[in-house]
Amino acid sequence: MPKFEYAPAPESRAIVTIEKSYGLFIDGVFTRPKATFPTVNPADETVLAEVSQAGPKDVDKAVAAARRAYEGVWGRMSGAERGKYLFRIARILQERAREFAVLETLDNGKPIKETRDVDVPVAAAHFFYHAGWADKLEYAGLSASGADVPRPHGVVGQVIPWNFPLLMLAWKIAPALATGNTVVLKPAETTPLSALLFAEVCQQAELPAGVVNIITGDGRTGQALVEHPDVDKIAFTGSTDVGKAIARSIAGTSKKATLELGGKAANIVFDDAPLDQAVEGIVNGIFFNQGQVCCAGSRLLVQENVHDQVVAKLKRRLGTLRVGDPMDKNSDLGAINSQAQLDRITSLVEAGVAQGAERWSPECTLPTKGYWFPPTVLTGVSQTHRVATEEIFGPVLSVLTFRTPQEAVAKANNSAYGLSAGVWTEKGSRILWMADQLKAGVVWANTFNRFDPTSPFGGYKESGYGREGGRHGLEAYVTTAPSTLTGAAR
Amino acid sequence: MSRLDVRKTYKLYIGGAFPRSESGRSYEVVSASGEFLANAAMGSRKDVRDAVVAARGALAKWSGATAYNRGQVLYRVAEVLEGRRAQFVEEVAASEGLSVRAAGAVVDAAVDRLVWYAGWTDKIAQVLGNLNPVAGPFFNVSAPEPTGVVGVLAPQGSSLLGLVSVVAPVIASGNTAVVVSSAARPLPAVTFSEVLATSDVPGGVVNIVTAQTAEVATWLAAHRDVNAIDLTGVAGAEGVDWAALEAEAAGNLKRVYRPTLADGAPVEPDWNADPGLGRIRAFVETKTVWHPKGL
Repeated sequence: MPKFEYAPAPESRAIVTIEKSYGLFIDGVFTRPKATFPTVNPADETVLAEVSQAGPKDVDKAVAAARRAYEGVWGRMSGAERGKYLFRIARILQERAREFAVLETLDNGKPIKETRDVDVPVAAAHFFYHAGWADKLEYAGLSASGADVPRPHGVVGQVIPWNFPLLMLAWKIAPALATGNTVVLKPAETTPLSALLFAEVCQQAELPAGVVNIITGDGRTGQALVEHPDVDKIAFTGSTDVGKAIARSIAGTSKKATLELGGKAANIVFDDAPLDQAVEGIVNGIFFNQGQVCCAGSRLLVQENVHDQVVAKLKRRLGTLRVGDPMDKNSDLGAINSQAQLDRITSLVEAGVAQGAERWSPECTLPTKGYWFPPTVLTGVSQTHRVATEEIFGPVLSVLTFRTPQEAVAKANNSAYGLSAGVWTEKGSRILWMADQLKAGVVWANTFNRFDPTSPFGGYKESGYGREGGRHGLEAYVTTAPSTLTGAAR
Repeated sequence: MSRLDVRKTYKLYIGGAFPRSESGRSYEVVSASGEFLANAAMGSRKDVRDAVVAARGALAKWSGATAYNRGQVLYRVAEVLEGRRAQFVEEVAASEGLSVRAAGAVVDAAVDRLVWYAGWTDKIAQVLGNLNPVAGPFFNVSAPEPTGVVGVLAPQGSSLLGLVSVVAPVIASGNTAVVVSSAARPLPAVTFSEVLATSDVPGGVVNIVTAQTAEVATWLAAHRDVNAIDLTGVAGAEGVDWAALEAEAAGNLKRVYRPTLADGAPVEPDWNADPGLGRIRAFVETKTVWHPKGL
């Protein structure tokens, strides 16, 4: 099969201005940078900027600012006015979309076509969707009777991962603000820049000071935020281990939490599926965002009689994927986000091979600088292999087989996780039966990795609890307990 | 000569059967005024584990039953409970130290609560689910499903109405339950298990272990095959630290229904208040299914 040559088509970096160093965004203003650490471009290891490590005192200040904003302004504002601020933010994100896309690609390493077509537009859509909820919460079916108007918790502490930095910020901040909470958000230490640019958007939207506070730092900052006594609710997306630690740390308190954690999704292909479409879905399922997706279709369960055919088609398709400069508009796969993540992927794949899996990657020339891992397929994987049970969070597909629908269900559900699953078949009744049986919060049938602000997202079992997005996502941010504010609006 | 009465042996209810505790232990149950009522089986860690196995085994059939069927079964529970009203009035009166009239009102409320939840089974998905208007050519629907096996620490004070109020919402949506009864007032719970056993509730859907809450609660909270836990019964339970139970539950990220708090301390809720949807909502998972639309 011919491999087409492409001329380089790099997106320009000129649209975005990156400061040399950044402080924290607290109470509507940036603090002076201090205790800084570098954030690098994972595609070439160049330092993009220095950002500040927020310490416990900074966390105190940010939480206090959020509390003041909640009690003084935001918790008292009418829903209609809150909504208008969110509409403003949505519009600014749309206007500055290319700037965000470029910055996100530089800081994260993901291809520009993904930040341009997915991360940024879907982030804006989240603000637009939730803006409309702000003055309609009593219609959301969240309270037992009409008398109990849903009310905000107060101050929300939010900790987000590095795989979709701006999009996860939007998933967290939009529903929190729409429901009248104020926010202290900590972006991941390797991808802080889009959150800091978002702080600028808050200023541009003239959002009242303290409603959104952005503090950068590593896990210590996140821990200080989660454990802060004046935080009413935690929203976390990240690893299951950290999620469990958070669940433990809030035990016995009145703090609420929603946790969006790991996954090991089964993508199940039946022999009657349209195989070419299924192969596209498999590729999208595991190689979107270099597989650094909690709901990635990382376990391919293919019906035994079409295994060879599917694997052959898959290898042929992977041969056409373009891995390289994330800023190039033709790149399908970019860089792995960090050296630490690259090491984890490498060691898990080695463990898979040591346990008997067969490793295959298409021929591709990886850049010499930066963190890179080729798209990889592991065949001959059995259920007990580490690559079948542990989340790899990289461009690595483990292939297993099944004979009957019952066996597919048993294997798919044989996981501590339960975030997502995929089903490929032309038979409608089988899709619905499978969807009923799969223990997963999202089931994609004849598609994969679709996201929408109106569609609730979240897992079963150790993939966490709570939903984000849709009417269901509002539930985590409201209570029907009496308001703690005297003379509050609504 | 008066007839010698035949006394009831109060046992555990696991997997639809009435075993004694594997530990061979029992404990004295006394009335609110301190008089001996009966010996109850003192459930152990292993009894709890057996109950979890039974609950897990019953889950597929119960969660796969139609909502209409679950509603009819719950209604049948109400019917049979009503039929044994006199026995429950006597046990509730003795356990809770109530007058016969007050105990009667409690039993009536328990029957009515079951009827209320019986009517919920086939409304839950309609009220908690919806179509989502995604921005693309996709059919997208969200609907609640049962969380799985739910551990329930039943209230210590309200031995029948409280028990029914925590068990019914768990099973209405299709979960199965491992219930630790009130430690000091277990007799209505055992009699309730006889109601369940004769009401077409499949064995294992509800398992009731009479036990010292402090002894078994930790095992239930830590059990890796339990998906959620209701901590209502920590209020008034001797030597139980609910924070420690919630921390144990984090081991496999169980969904935790926290106790009602007043000034930071667990208290028993008002069982006569409108129950609302909170307990149903706490033990369901929202599943969202996508499918493309096209020719």
